[in-house]
Amino acid sequence: MDINRRKFLKAGGVLALGLSIAPAKSVLAGVKGKYAPGPNALTAKNWAMVVDMNKLEKDVEACTMACHKEHNVPNIDNKKEEVKWIWTDKYGHLFHDNKHDFMNKEMEHRHFLALCNQCENPVCVRVCPTKATFKNKEGIIMMDYHRCIGCRYCMAGCPYGARSFNFKDPRPYIEEINPNYPTRTKGVVEKCNFCSERLAKGLLPACVEASTNGGLVFGDLDDPNSEVRKVLDTQFTVQRKPSLGTKPKVFYIL
Amino acid sequence: MLEKALIKENNRIFWYWILSLVVLVGVGFNSYLHQLDQGLTVTGLSRDISWGLYIGQFTFFVGVAASAVMLVLPYYLHNVKEFGRITVVGEFLAVSAVIMCMLFIIVDMGMPMRVLNMFLYPTFNSPMFWDATVLTGYLLLNIFIGWNVLEAESKGVNPPKWVKTLIIISIPWAVSIHTVTAFLYAGLPGRHYWLTALIAPKFLASAFATGPALLILICFLLKKFAGFDAGKKAIQKLALIITYAMSISIFMVAVEFFTAFFSQVPGHMVTLQYLFVGAHGYSQFVAIMWIFVILAVLALGLLIPRKTRENDKTLIIACIFVFVSMFIEKGLTFVIGGLSENPFGEITPYIPGIHEVLISIGIWALGIMIASLFYKMVVSVKRESDFANASFNKQEMRDC
Repeated sequence: MDINRRKFLKAGGVLALGLSIAPAKSVLAGVKGKYAPGPNALTAKNWAMVVDMNKLEKDVEACTMACHKEHNVPNIDNKKEEVKWIWTDKYGHLFHDNKHDFMNKEMEHRHFLALCNQCENPVCVRVCPTKATFKNKEGIIMMDYHRCIGCRYCMAGCPYGARSFNFKDPRPYIEEINPNYPTRTKGVVEKCNFCSERLAKGLLPACVEASTNGGLVFGDLDDPNSEVRKVLDTQFTVQRKPSLGTKPKVFYIL
Repeated sequence: MLEKALIKENNRIFWYWILSLVVLVGVGFNSYLHQLDQGLTVTGLSRDISWGLYIGQFTFFVGVAASAVMLVLPYYLHNVKEFGRITVVGEFLAVSAVIMCMLFIIVDMGMPMRVLNMFLYPTFNSPMFWDATVLTGYLLLNIFIGWNVLEAESKGVNPPKWVKTLIIISIPWAVSIHTVTAFLYAGLPGRHYWLTALIAPKFLASAFATGPALLILICFLLKKFAGFDAGKKAIQKLALIITYAMSISIFMVAVEFFTAFFSQVPGHMVTLQYLFVGAHGYSQFVAIMWIFVILAVLALGLLIPRKTRENDKTLIIACIFVFVSMFIEKGLTFVIGGLSENPFGEITPYIPGIHEVLISIGIWALGIMIASLFYKMVVSVKRESDFANASFNKQEMRDC
C-alpha cells in the first residue's frame, strides 16, 4: 500500500480526534435517567444547616458516628492523617478569631460541631484545577473521587480545615463497610457532602437524623418559609470566619 | 546535534559524573515507587501542612526557570553583546528547571496517573490550570529556541527568523510563569502569610537573583571543567543584575515585617514570629531562618562593593550565598510557613520523611543530569565554532 508520511500523519490525526470525541459522546448519551434523583427526593435550591449546641449536646457523638458509618469514613488514629467529615472542637479553635483573653473558660473550651460549611462562595471550587470539587444545583459542594488528582490545593484554600486527604489506603481503617456508599482510594481528598446521596432517596442527612432533640436544623436557605429560615429569623446566629467572604451555610446558635 | 551530548569522547570524569547522577536518580525513583505504593503517608505532610518540600522546591525552580529572561532580554532587546555567548546556557538551564518543576508537581500528587485531568477538564478559574499551561508552554518555547539557536551556530549560520519571534514571546512568558505561580498562593483567604500582592514581585526579584547566581556558578564550572569561557564582561553584567535583584528581594522580605508588626494583626504576625523566633512553643525553623538572614546579608556585603564583586573568588562565594539563602526563604519556608498556622489557630510542625528527601534529591540529580548533557552539547558546538572563527580569521589575515 502506498502510504507516505503525510497520509500517515493525517490518519493519525483523525484517529486522535475520534478518540477524544468518543468519551464525550458516551457521557452525553448515558447520563439521563440512570443517576436521576428518586421520586421521593428531598430537593432545595440552597441547602443549609443551623447547629444549636444547647439542644445538640448529648447527641454529638451519635451524629458523628452516624455520618462516618454512613460514608465509610476511616478511623485513622493519627492527628496528621485523620479523615473526618464531621467532628467537634472547642470554641477557642473553631471561632479562634472571636475569642478574647477574659472569656468565660467554660465557653472557650465548650465543644461545637464542625463540618464542611458548604460555602455559597467556596474557595475550594475556585482553586480546583479539574472541577473534581464543584457546587451542585442544590448548593452542595460535591467531590468527584474519580476525577480528583490529589493536588490538595483545595486543602490549602479551605479556611475551615474541613477537607481530609487520604494519605494511605483508607479501607483497612473502616470497621464495617457500608455497601451503599463508595469507599475511597489513597490519594484523593474527601469531605462532608450534606448527604446528597440520602437526600436523593428522600432521607435527611445522617447527622440530622441522629440529632433527636432538634439540635440540627436542615432546610432550604432560599425558601423564606423553611425551618432553617425561621430559626435564622428568630434567633441570634453566627458563622465561622464570615469576614473571609466565603458565605458559610452552616450557622451556629452559641 | 544530539550526538554531541551523547558521543563518548575521551572524557572519563564527565561520564563518572553522569553515572553518579544516574545512581541518585535511581535511588529517588525507588523511593518514589515506595511512595506510589504506600501513599503520601511516607512523607512528613499532614492535614495541616498539606504542601511541603515538593511544592516549595517546585516554587523555587519556577524562579530558576524564569531567570533565563535576564540573559535573553538584555541581549535581544538592548543588544548587550556580552550575553550572546551564554543565552543558550540560560535557555537550557530553564529547560532543566521546568522539567524539575513538573516532576516536583507530579511527585506531590496523590493521583499522578490522573495528571492529564488538568487538560481534559480545563478549569479556567483555577490558578493551577494556568500554571500547568504556562509552564508547559515555557518548556516548549525554551526547547525550540535553545535547540535552534545552537543548531544554527553549529552550522555557522544565523538562526531562522521565526526563532527570533519565539524569543520575543519568551520574555513576557518568563514573567508569566512566576506570576501565575505566585497567584497559586496570593489569593487564598485565611492564609495571611500568602495573602499579599507582594508575592509575585517578590518571587520575580528573588528569581532574578537566584537564577543568574546559578548561571555564574555554572559558567565558572564550565570554564574549569570544559574550557568554555563565558567572558569576564558577561559574568560582571550578571553580577550587577544579581546585586540589584538581591537587594530588591531582601527589601521585599523586610517590608513584610513592618506591615505585620506595625499593624499588630495577629494573623499577619504569627508566621513571621514562628519562622524567626518561634511561636506557640514551636521553633523548628528559627535556626534555618537566621542562616538565611546571615547568608543574605553576607551576600549583599560581597556584591555591593565593587572590589569584591569584581573578584572571581568573592563573587563565587556571594553567588553560593545568594542561591542558598533564597532557597531557604522561598524553597523551604515560604510554602511551609504559610500553612504552619492551621485554620484553628494552632501551629503544626513539619519534618520531611526520608523518602520525601530522597525523591527530592533524585529530581535534583535528574535536573543536573539533563543540564550537564545539554552543556556538553553547548560546549562542543561552541568549541567548533570558535575554532572555525579562529581559522577563518587566520585565513583573512593571510589574505591581507
